[in-house]
Amino acid sequence: MGSNMAECHPVAFQWVVEAKRKGGVLVHVDPRFTRTSALADQHLSIRAGSDIAFLGGLIHFVLENQLYFDEYVRKYTNAATIIDEHFLDTEDLDGFFSGWNELEGRYDNSTWQYQGSVVQAAAGQRSAPTADVQAGVVSGAALHEDPSLEHPRCVFQLLRRHFSRYTPELVERVTGVSQEEFLKLARTICGNSGRDRTTAFVYAVGWTQHTAGAQFIRTASILQLLLGNMGRPGGGILALRGHANIQGATDIATLFDVLPGYIPVPKVDDPAELQEFCARNGGSAGGYWGNLRSYLVSLLKAYFGDAATEANQYCFGHLHRLTGDHSTYQSTLGMVDGSVRGFFVLGENPAVGSAHGRLHRQGLRNLDWLVVRDLYEIETASFWYDSPEVASGEVRSQDIGTEVFFMPAAAHTEKDGSFTNTQRLLQWRDKAVEPRGDCRSELWFSYWLGRRIRERLAQSADPRDRAILDLAWEYQLTDTGEPEAAEVLREISGFTSTGEELPGLGAVKGDGSTTCGCWIYAGAFAGGSNQTARRRPHWEQNWVALEWGWAWPMNRRILYNRASADPEGNPWSERKRYIEWDEQAGRWSGPDTPDFPVDRRPDYHPGAGARAENALAGDRPFIMQADGRGWLFAPSGLVDGPLPTHFEPHESPVGNALYEQARNPARQVFQRSDNPYHPTAGEEGSDAFPFVMTTYRLTEHHTAGGMSRFLARLSQLQPEMFCEVSPELAEERGLRPGGWATIVTRRASIEARVLVTPRVKALRVGGRMLHQVGLPYHWGSRGLVRGDSANDVFPLVLDPNVHIQEVKAATCDIRPGRRSRGGFT
Amino acid sequence: MTIRKSLGQWPVVRQIRQGDPLGLGATVTSQVTADKVARTALADKVVPSVCPYCAVGCGQLVFVKDGRVEQIEGDPASPLSRGRLCPKGSASMELVNSPMRELKVKYRRPHGTAWEELPLDTAMDMIADRVIQTRRDTFEERDDKGRPLRRTMGIASLGGATIDNEENYLWRKLMVGLGVVQVENQARI
Repeated sequence: MGSNMAECHPVAFQWVVEAKRKGGVLVHVDPRFTRTSALADQHLSIRAGSDIAFLGGLIHFVLENQLYFDEYVRKYTNAATIIDEHFLDTEDLDGFFSGWNELEGRYDNSTWQYQGSVVQAAAGQRSAPTADVQAGVVSGAALHEDPSLEHPRCVFQLLRRHFSRYTPELVERVTGVSQEEFLKLARTICGNSGRDRTTAFVYAVGWTQHTAGAQFIRTASILQLLLGNMGRPGGGILALRGHANIQGATDIATLFDVLPGYIPVPKVDDPAELQEFCARNGGSAGGYWGNLRSYLVSLLKAYFGDAATEANQYCFGHLHRLTGDHSTYQSTLGMVDGSVRGFFVLGENPAVGSAHGRLHRQGLRNLDWLVVRDLYEIETASFWYDSPEVASGEVRSQDIGTEVFFMPAAAHTEKDGSFTNTQRLLQWRDKAVEPRGDCRSELWFSYWLGRRIRERLAQSADPRDRAILDLAWEYQLTDTGEPEAAEVLREISGFTSTGEELPGLGAVKGDGSTTCGCWIYAGAFAGGSNQTARRRPHWEQNWVALEWGWAWPMNRRILYNRASADPEGNPWSERKRYIEWDEQAGRWSGPDTPDFPVDRRPDYHPGAGARAENALAGDRPFIMQADGRGWLFAPSGLVDGPLPTHFEPHESPVGNALYEQARNPARQVFQRSDNPYHPTAGEEGSDAFPFVMTTYRLTEHHTAGGMSRFLARLSQLQPEMFCEVSPELAEERGLRPGGWATIVTRRASIEARVLVTPRVKALRVGGRMLHQVGLPYHWGSRGLVRGDSANDVFPLVLDPNVHIQEVKAATCDIRPGRRSRGGFT
Repeated sequence: MTIRKSLGQWPVVRQIRQGDPLGLGATVTSQVTADKVARTALADKVVPSVCPYCAVGCGQLVFVKDGRVEQIEGDPASPLSRGRLCPKGSASMELVNSPMRELKVKYRRPHGTAWEELPLDTAMDMIADRVIQTRRDTFEERDDKGRPLRRTMGIASLGGATIDNEENYLWRKLMVGLGVVQVENQARI
């Protein structure tokens, strides 16, 4: 769901085809019929943005027909845990949970907690409301539970009630998928889950780019936990990520709210004391986050080297503080409004690739200076003379004050380094050739820019310059004057004060004796060798292939694989055998690295005072969670609710069939004149934008086109921007195959060639026929093949948890013919 | 030329004698074709690599001759990809060798109407000066309640998903040192 794997991740799709050959069943749920659908046993055409209703329908089906994996659910999830008595569900409050603050537009989650305790999340919003988190869950004994699952406030019963109206009939009404098709799929999934069989979900940005995107994935998580499909071979929820190192960039971490290894960046109201900060952010909870102090201190040692000492709290005070959402869309608004004056763009193309391209280009025009590093001159570098706004005469080059530096970058063959792939696998590349001309790696650029800045500030006594001068910035340089990439990886992986490499994350210490740039990568460079460079051919090892590259953490290939064994440590079945307890050897064993303390007995019970991973019993597989269990109900971590709830997209032609509150109340909305929204269903004027539009990728192009539109062969294969419409819509609007159409919105109008195809079906939703328009988003004004950018027609409206824009569902109109030109001259 | 020899040159005879009855194989191969050698066979070295497009991480082999990438192929040893590449991965030699690659620093001064040339070192110096100046002008020591912020909101950075772990790590380290909060990448998109 939410992925067109055959076309967007074609080489990985070979394994799906292999599974089919062995009798596996493939089902594709997607608004469009694609080549993935063509190879599927069943394709269900779903209305874009209605996935929670669909998946919620599956949860309803599983619960009402008692098809869940009973022992797994009772032992490995928080089904039995009792929730605070003040908790109220969206069923009670017609689309709101308890704790909604209308004035501030956000939730207070104190009523979502476990009865009698504050439980800290492993991800997302982690800060506990108070520093007093000694009640943070340390063992099952501290919890109120009802093993019979009958208590009206136990998670299991809350879940049943929450999804009680997500019936097959409702699924049909909301998603456009017929009850018959839906029930066929539901029976397939349930019949293919349990002791002997497992089902996997695969998704991509079709799930994330919504105003409730994080909750889409949560819904799948609940379903997979109920069916016992997590931590087991052939199970899981697999994210197909779209860039060679998007996983590594997330891990290591070029994101505003996390430091390497998902350590939270301190907020303005976090304690100034290191110890207290850690306690407030998960460091006193059960599970591996209980070692937060060790991870953070070792990172500070990696950042600030000898300057970081126990006496100065390892330079914890050098870290900047957050005061809210500082994500990339906020930065864009900051450019437009004048607060952001300088901008670095490293191998990304926001003028084409981000929602509401016009707003981004407006921001670029308002900067003092801009540095673009890329292989080709992309639209983000050329905005000042080549953009829709310059072409229309709306702005003139000479009126744009931005100073632009285009810095040519080195390609993947021109530098050493590692990528982390979509399954957390680090793979090393060797430099094949030297970069030509002024082309340089980002390693070179970062190092030399830092060195120049430090030299200029070397004599500064200003306290604000202390952090930059305290940085550990001594690196061995290669002949060509850039840091040794392997040495940087070694710093990331970590070593002791005596220079010995860390074997793994268990060796990361909080007393200043270890340096580790990213605790989850600890062990990537160990035993004197670069583990990520291992390339033992697959024919020389077993199917898990542990000797090809290195996966974080600890070279584990399936996360939470303790769950592949039953509570006593035996395989759930012979067929799905993976990791199990070896009583004789006194350790967990199997073809993978166990994702559990290797010698922790299944019957281990934590004593009083046990902490971190030692606070979790031997039958708690989810070792990052404070209680070691899979969370059917998430008491903390999410800002928009402990349970996923169907909301309509921000712009939708239909109302919410379930709740009075139509849209996610916590979504991030930007009401400003340069970000106009369409009226949504029921509002005056919504008829002007009657269709749903959704964006997608093609096999032959890559995201915003910077790595594909400049290549002759790829450009020949997909030469022109187009839109996909159904024969019914083409008929209704007079669109001719191969002719032009203009997609009209209040943000922009774009033109595209018309592809009339039954691959996009008209759906019956909420008692009316609804049309969807498919838009590939690869084009811009540069390159060998040019065209309008699909992202120009989308507004800024974001998921509140992860600040991702909604470009998988919004409303539009479509008309025959080309867009108008030069309207501003 | 003996009759026997000229008869032996007769295509039908050659097809029969060389086991190529349909005339689609060796008997119709010209000398030019026979002399051809794959670029991969002539490479000075073969360098293990990884595809730079999506996150599947297909193994690549980079064939290098005379300091130039001559060919990029799928690595059959990879347990992920087993030697396969998609259209984008197959085009990655063009990605690195394309004549459209930018090889020189390009500079556009404020209100300028054309790119200008700039030596790399000069550009680096200028960027360092800009960073220091903007940071100085926009640095926030504390909020209005006196709580420490130690940051600049005047500088932002976007990108990381197409570059290496080591590069992301070093870049973020520098940004943390400077107090640049707004460091983001494609994962947010």
